[in-house]
Formats: sequence, C-alpha cells, structure tokens
Amino acid sequence: MKKLLHPKAAKSSRASNTPLLLIALPGIIYLLINNYAPMLGIFLAFKDYSLIKGPFGSDWCGFQNFEFLFKTKDAFIMTRNTILYNLAFIIIGTAVAIFVAILMCELGERKRVKFYQAAMLLPNLLSWVVIGFIAYAFLNADTGFINNSFLAWLGLDPVSWYSEPGAWPAILIIVNLWKNIGYQSIIFMASISGIDKSLYEAAAMDGAGKLRQIRAITLPLLKPTVIMLTLMSIGRIFYSDFGLFYQVPQNSGALFATTQTIDTYVYRGLMELNDVGMSAAAGLYQSIVGFILVLIANKIVRKVDADNALF
Amino acid sequence: MLQSKAFDRFASIFLGCLVVITLLPIVLIVISSFTAEDALIQNGYSFWPQEWSLDAYYYMVKQGAVILRSYGVSIFVTVVGTLCSVLITTMLAYPMSRKSFKYRNVLSFFVFFTMLFNGGIVPAYIMWTQIFHIKNTIFALLIPNYLVNAFNVILVKNYYSNNVPDALLEAAQIDGASEMTIFRRIMLPLAVPAIATISLFTGLCYWNDWTNGLYYISNEKLYSIQMLLMNIMNNIQALRANSTASLLGTGAVDLPGTAIRMAMAVIGILPILLVYPFVQKHLVRGVVVGAVKG
Repeated sequence: MKKLLHPKAAKSSRASNTPLLLIALPGIIYLLINNYAPMLGIFLAFKDYSLIKGPFGSDWCGFQNFEFLFKTKDAFIMTRNTILYNLAFIIIGTAVAIFVAILMCELGERKRVKFYQAAMLLPNLLSWVVIGFIAYAFLNADTGFINNSFLAWLGLDPVSWYSEPGAWPAILIIVNLWKNIGYQSIIFMASISGIDKSLYEAAAMDGAGKLRQIRAITLPLLKPTVIMLTLMSIGRIFYSDFGLFYQVPQNSGALFATTQTIDTYVYRGLMELNDVGMSAAAGLYQSIVGFILVLIANKIVRKVDADNALF
Repeated sequence: MLQSKAFDRFASIFLGCLVVITLLPIVLIVISSFTAEDALIQNGYSFWPQEWSLDAYYYMVKQGAVILRSYGVSIFVTVVGTLCSVLITTMLAYPMSRKSFKYRNVLSFFVFFTMLFNGGIVPAYIMWTQIFHIKNTIFALLIPNYLVNAFNVILVKNYYSNNVPDALLEAAQIDGASEMTIFRRIMLPLAVPAIATISLFTGLCYWNDWTNGLYYISNEKLYSIQMLLMNIMNNIQALRANSTASLLGTGAVDLPGTAIRMAMAVIGILPILLVYPFVQKHLVRGVVVGAVKG
C-alpha cells in the first residue's frame, strides 16, 4: 500500500530493496541470534557468574577470571597443546597430503584412482564418536587390538593407553592424519591437475625423469596453494578440533597433560566444573587471539596473492 | 621411460597400501562386531576371530526400540535441519548476489564476519539455555550452530554470481515477477548443483553431530544415534530398554558388552556406508569447490 504513495524513482529503489531484504531476513535473524548475540555475551568473562543471579544479575569482577586462569598451569598447558598439535597437523598433514596427491595424479584418470580417492575420503565422513569407538578397539587395555595382537606378537607387555599421556601426541597425530589426509589430498590434486600439461611434455622431451619433473615443476607450482592453506591454518592455530581431543582420549583425566586444548578446557569448565567465569575467560582469550591471528594471516595472504585473501 | 614405469608402479603399490591401511580400522570394528564374546575377552578385538557370532546383533534386535528411536531422532534432525538450512542459506545468498541490491556489501560483511570472530561456546550456551530454554527439546539438536554457515552462504552466492546472468533477472522483472517469484521459480531451480553440495555437507554435519547433544540433551528419549553411541561407550547398560531398572539389579551377565560396543559403532556407520557410493562423486567435487574459494 505504502508503495503507491511514493514518487516513481523512490518506488523503484524501495521496491527492489525491501523484498530482497525480506528474503534475506530469516538468515539475518538467525545469524544475529546464533553468532552475534554470543559476541556481545563475552561480557560474561568479566563476571563472577552465579546461577541464581543469572547472566545479567551476576556481579562484575573485572579481570579476576583472567588473573585466576593465567595463574594456573592449565592456561600454559592448553595453549601449548593447542599450538603444538596444530603445528604438527599443518606440517605433517601438508607433507603427506602433497605426497599422496602427487602419486594419485601420477596414476592419471584411471578408475582405480577414483576408488582410492573415495576410500581415503571415507574416514572424513565418520563422526568423532565413531572414531572414538575405533580408537577404543585398538587402544583399550584389556581387549584392544594393539595390546592383544600387536604388542603380544612382539612379545611386549600390554600398555594401558588411556592413562599413558606420553603416547598421546603420536596417537592424536595418527588419528588426525587418518581422518583428514583424503580430504587434504583432494585439494592438492585439484591444484596439481590445474598445472599446464605441456610443461611436463617439454620436460620429458628434454630428458627429465619423473622425480626431476616433480621437483622442478609440480612442487614449485604447488607453492602458492601450500602457502595459502598454511597461512589459513595458522590463522586458526588457536582453535582445536573438539571431537579429536574429547572423543578419542575418551575424556580421560589422566591424559589432560597432553590432550587438554583450549576447546576441551572451555567445555570442561562450563559443563563439568561449572566454572562459568573461568570458562568464559578462556573462551574470550581464544576468540581474541584467534581473531588477531586470522587478521594477520589474511594480511600476509593479501601480500602474497590478493586473489586468495579472505577479504 | 623405464624410470616413469617404475615410478608408476611405486605409486600404485604405495597408494594401494595406504588405502588398505585407511580401511583396516573400519574392517576391524565390523569383524569384531561378529565375534563371539568369549573370543573377544580372550584374544581382544582381532582381524582373525576364533569364533564368529551374531550375538551382539541378536541382542540389539531384542533391544531394538532404543536404537530405532535414536535412529528416528537422527533421521528427523538430519532431514529437517538440512531442508531448513538449505532454504535459509539460499534465501540469504540470493540478495547478496544481486548487484542492484543496496545493502549488498553490508549484508556480505555481516555474513562474512561470523567466520572471523565468535563469542565462544560459553555465552552461546548461557543464551540457548537461559533465554531460549532450549535444553532437552528437539530444537537443541536442530538450531544451534548448524542452520546457517557463512561458508555455505558464500558458496551459493558465488554460484549465483557466476552462473546466473543479470539479463535473465531483468527480463523476469520486466515481465512483472516479484523478487520472491524470481527466487522461487528461477534462482532455486538454477542453484541445484550448489544446493546438492551444501545439502550433502549440511546433512553429514547434522548426522554426525554430537556436540549439541552433549551440551543440551540429557533426556534419553531425545538421544540421536551419536548420543546413544557416546552413552554406550561410557555405560553398556544404556542399551537396555529400561536402563535405570536394569541398573538396579537384574543380571547383566549375559550382556555381550565387548561385541555390542563394536556392533553399535557399525550401526552408527552403516547409513554413511550405504549412501556413500551414490554421493561420493559429488562429495569429492564439493571438497574441491569449497577449497578453491573459502
């Protein structure tokens, strides 16, 4: 009705903007609630949270939560674990994925390659709960495959893996590789298959062998992709995959020294210890440092190759 | 030439081995689920069971109600969640792709910023539980986190920008079509490939989700299959239809718990294994599309 009252020019711009805004509205409302409201909720990190007084009624306590958090050993352990695991995942994951991708591309377009690809992507589709079960089948002290078959065959004593923190960096790196290598190698394969074939033909003509071709053509041309993906991962180095660190170690307290990350700490503070303030402080610490890192990573990506920058 | 052949053979053998190593853990749980309880207790989970048995599955059929129920919850959440998510996502992406839309850049930034910064789980948890009272309702499995993902919105938006010519929309407008009609009759059908991709990823996300359950669900009636699995890992008794009653006394001696754990894991993977061959091609393509412009 209102439309009729407006002069023609205003009508056409309104007419095209308002309906479009209405179409976007459900999504806008959802993001406001699901994503933006919790951003405002970071004030909880500065409150001495009390369940009775509620989120708004609880008393302010300044930086006390942060003081307590950084006085404990936990802050150091979870930060160290989060960063070191991510670094290991970035370095080992990228190296293995590139290696696999090069071999896959080497085999060309054969049917077999499609099957390999599908098989290696499969673990990526399983939930962390199921992967927790699979890890349990291997690691469980009494009936696990490793103790009963592997170590017994080697004549070694069984190990109670779920209370042996020293073993977990290796275990988590292997599990993470197992889950993600298929996914990562597909990305690199796409990048390799974009390389101009005539380069390889020319190199072969000049007598360059396969290894030489990989060294002189494939790897240098992959470099931009690798740099980009690595920078993006570094931007997320303060975040860990909650499922990997919660489900695979079966939430075992004996392992916290090597399995606690910022995400599991926040979860445990909130749900198991009911320490909302401390948990919120750890969450805010993660959000802020994470945000700064993303901005820095993006800035560097922009310098390297503006097309691949996030913004 | 010779070197090239040797390299080819190396690639074949190496990748073959890698594929076997990748699949073996899944094979182990399948074999274990068909192993007799006694053999499991004696020799552990193994690729060469001394005695095969269907006991774990018999037991699960007997207690089928609990499993069927959580399958039902998972299927409901996956289907409804994915449908809603696809609808809201494409509706949000369409205005972002319209060059004539005045708030296009503001909206794009609004969506995009959610990828850069988040308030963390603590404020979100307090909000969903204290303001929306979502705890122990089916909404807890549907709404938090997964309904709109900025990444998917941008994927669909790029798809629109690259594949739908402006002239087509202008022509429709001249013919008197409203924006909603254009969206419904032109944009939605044209976006089918992009929709297929985001549906797959969103559906997978809902099916595999256990964190919303972990935070918001304690009522066993609302357990998704993932929640049921988690619960069984901690407490094998949970499978009994009347778990509280059985905890109080009735003997659990006949419970083939070691095998059941693995049979449950198989039940949890089964739908994915069944669907995978049909969607595998799209998934691989989706990974590539997603990675090219993130």
